[in-house]
Amino acid sequence: MSQTSTIDTQDSNPEGLTGFVKDWSADKQTYNVPWGKAMMWIFLVSDTFIFSCFLVGYMTVRISTAEPWPLATEVFALSFFGSEPIPLILIAIMTFVLITSSGTMALAVNYGYRRDRQKTVWLMVATAALGATFVGMQVFEWSKLIGYGVRPWGNPWGAPQFGSVFYMVTGFHGLHVSAGVIYLLVVARKVWRGDYEKKGYEIVEITGLYWHFVDLVWVFIFAFFYLL
Amino acid sequence: MASASGQQHPLGIYLKIWILLFVLSIFSYMVDYFDVQGPMRWTLVLVFMTLKAGFILAIFMHVMWERMALAMTILGPPSILLLLIFFMAIEGNYTESARVQYFGQDANATPLHVSH
Repeated sequence: MSQTSTIDTQDSNPEGLTGFVKDWSADKQTYNVPWGKAMMWIFLVSDTFIFSCFLVGYMTVRISTAEPWPLATEVFALSFFGSEPIPLILIAIMTFVLITSSGTMALAVNYGYRRDRQKTVWLMVATAALGATFVGMQVFEWSKLIGYGVRPWGNPWGAPQFGSVFYMVTGFHGLHVSAGVIYLLVVARKVWRGDYEKKGYEIVEITGLYWHFVDLVWVFIFAFFYLL
Repeated sequence: MASASGQQHPLGIYLKIWILLFVLSIFSYMVDYFDVQGPMRWTLVLVFMTLKAGFILAIFMHVMWERMALAMTILGPPSILLLLIFFMAIEGNYTESARVQYFGQDANATPLHVSH
């Protein structure tokens, strides 16, 4: 009896391609995850398309303009205490801040499933604080570029499209980070109150998915807009 | 492995990937810091970017441990974007060559330097 039931569970839940076909063709729900997680993934896939539209649009204007593209490495250089400007340093620090926040978020998800509420809350608050730091640095960066005279319709160095792409892409990403900070704090408060003791802590993983996605988008912006 | 009880994995793997992402970010910053140019710059930046994105997706977002039905839903539709990138690159190149040819714009002009 026990042997047949083992075989049965193995058969109805195979991994890989067989499982893929079985999940889609069986007369049952396709995704073996909580509905909130499936919905978050659907949202993230659609958000991928929005960011991709911006980045592909950026590629198109950058290829099609015959005017020279401003040098990001010089535009985003920063000097400390009167030193020589260090190329792209602010963006590098922002990248490290965001990666650190992704790490704390991954740990928060892990502690959530271990039902260690205190650690989960503190790691989520730390993630939110790092996210807020990132947005703060972005505000500083925007104010610096506005000071240089970079506008969506022109800048002192080259192709006018530089400004429109910069404000559009980093602005939309910054909006996502800001929304993520609020989302994190709301969920952290509910975890702290113990709202999920009965339901389970999938919500922390779902929040984490959103946060990692924001980091993922930054990886592409950092490479395509700032480095290339 | 993916089940209603959620994604539970040892802490060690998160810490290792975290450190790896740091190292990859330092590498991509070094590409700019040491002013690597040309095809080498493109190769290095794209390789580091792909690795970082891959590790975030696979480990931090647990796609590696999800069932294939969900993984395909996540990775399948965005792969169509490669076609859009390909078409828009052709279109962009055509526009640029038209601007150079008919408007007499200089395709090899260099941008002005930034004074801080």
